[in-house]
Amino acid sequence: MINFTEVMETNAMIEKENLDVRTITLGISLLDCMDSELSELNRKIYDKITKTAKGLVETGMQIEKEFGIPVVNKRISVTPIALVGGAACKSEGDFVEIAKTLDAAAKAVGVNFIGGYSALVSKGMTAADRFLMESVPQALATTERVCSSVNVGSTKTGINMDAVRLMGEIVKKTAEHTKEQDSLGCAKLVIFCNAPDDNPFMAGAFHGVTEADAVINVGVSGPGVVKKALESARGKDFETLCETIKKTAFKITRVGQLVAKEASKRLGIPFGIVDLSLAPTPAIGDSVAEILQEMGLAYPGAPGTTAALALLNDQVKKGGVMASSYVGGLSGAFIPVSEDQGMIDAVQAGCLTLEKLEAMTCVCSVGLDMIAIPGDVADTTISGIIADEMAIGMINQKTTAVRVIPVIGKGVGDIVEFGGLLGYAPVMPVNSFSCEAFIRRGGRIPAPIHSFKN
Amino acid sequence: MNKAIITVVGQDQVGIIAKVCTYLADNKVNILDISQTIVSGYFNMMMIVDTNGASKEFGVVSGELEALGETIGVVIKAQREDIFDMMHRI
Repeated sequence: MINFTEVMETNAMIEKENLDVRTITLGISLLDCMDSELSELNRKIYDKITKTAKGLVETGMQIEKEFGIPVVNKRISVTPIALVGGAACKSEGDFVEIAKTLDAAAKAVGVNFIGGYSALVSKGMTAADRFLMESVPQALATTERVCSSVNVGSTKTGINMDAVRLMGEIVKKTAEHTKEQDSLGCAKLVIFCNAPDDNPFMAGAFHGVTEADAVINVGVSGPGVVKKALESARGKDFETLCETIKKTAFKITRVGQLVAKEASKRLGIPFGIVDLSLAPTPAIGDSVAEILQEMGLAYPGAPGTTAALALLNDQVKKGGVMASSYVGGLSGAFIPVSEDQGMIDAVQAGCLTLEKLEAMTCVCSVGLDMIAIPGDVADTTISGIIADEMAIGMINQKTTAVRVIPVIGKGVGDIVEFGGLLGYAPVMPVNSFSCEAFIRRGGRIPAPIHSFKN
Repeated sequence: MNKAIITVVGQDQVGIIAKVCTYLADNKVNILDISQTIVSGYFNMMMIVDTNGASKEFGVVSGELEALGETIGVVIKAQREDIFDMMHRI
């Protein structure tokens, strides 16, 4: 039988260390909504989303109440819209209409984000893919809850450099379209290499074409719990450090597994995966940076940071895999800047640079995330940053992503306020030497030698 | 059986257990186990209960217990046992 200490331990994690279920994300396939008439397509999309996700928010709230664990976000991911809208959309404007439909459906069912305004172009772009990508600035400026992602490379296909070049321009245009809100649109746009089909975390969530009609994916988080557990391992060797992280990750993931199963049962929708990601928020004690500091670094960015993060990411995965039969998504440690008070402090102290963050992305679970850069950075420089990050993903057979925000009208040292979970960030300097001739070459970077495994 | 864990934490005073137990009896929630300690004036109690025959939905019971806690001046939480089982038992 459960004892007093165990109950108190669980409740302390929830109440004092910010353990929470970060998101229950309902993946919905829109493949059966395809139509050559735009108005008909929009009607079908709206109906399918509102029907499938009808009980999502309420179920999330019920689970929160009965188990006493916060379920912070209820969200939806859909089939990449470039595929769904291919037959109906003859222009960028047509795709924007779909974005508005997604936004309306999200509002109708009460979810705070809907992901999947996406294109998968790791090898090439169809006309529809290109329309969708070019519509992103407008779509993100005219909607509130829609999130967009574009997969521009993979280990199997190489990197689509035409798409990388285009996305550099799109990021900049998105910033300009939302400049009144400190270029907030870019916080809802992710460029991926090796994007997973079942990621429940925004802004990069979409419902892959390999998935079932509807599926429940759960993202669970708790950097504060890991930090607290590591306080007991101060001064101990690496074996103790790793064991502590692994055990904690196990416990956290078990909660995710429980919530995922319960949500699946109550909604009558199959359970997909649990994604254990240490996803920080701007709240004190909910920081990945603080874990790195607890390990013995003055600030993230100091020498040793990449090793510390590699260890953390690996142990989180090991603990998580033991706790759930279906671990998926991104699972590991996120290192966003604006959403993590410890990372912001490190930037302000002059310890953390964009280049060090890039090195850290080789071993974290995603990539360059929520980084504010000056608004006058060249499009091709943004493309260069994307290309570097995609190369890391392609060669290392891992997911990498870029979510940078060129804040129009702001320069290095200025502070940008995004609000809520997105936090605030100091604008970071970017290497200003040109890569224009490289980016303008066009074409593809071939898949690496180790991708030929057949 | 549908087990849940009720925890009560707060400043010690007369009648905490009585009030919680009265509420549970009124709503047909059966108590299986109680353990209680007082650490430097702080009251800590854990109950294991069976909500199978309860006259209200568990979400309602949980909400009403929380409200009862507020009137007494302690924190009462009622949670399904599964969350603890999942975390602490393989």
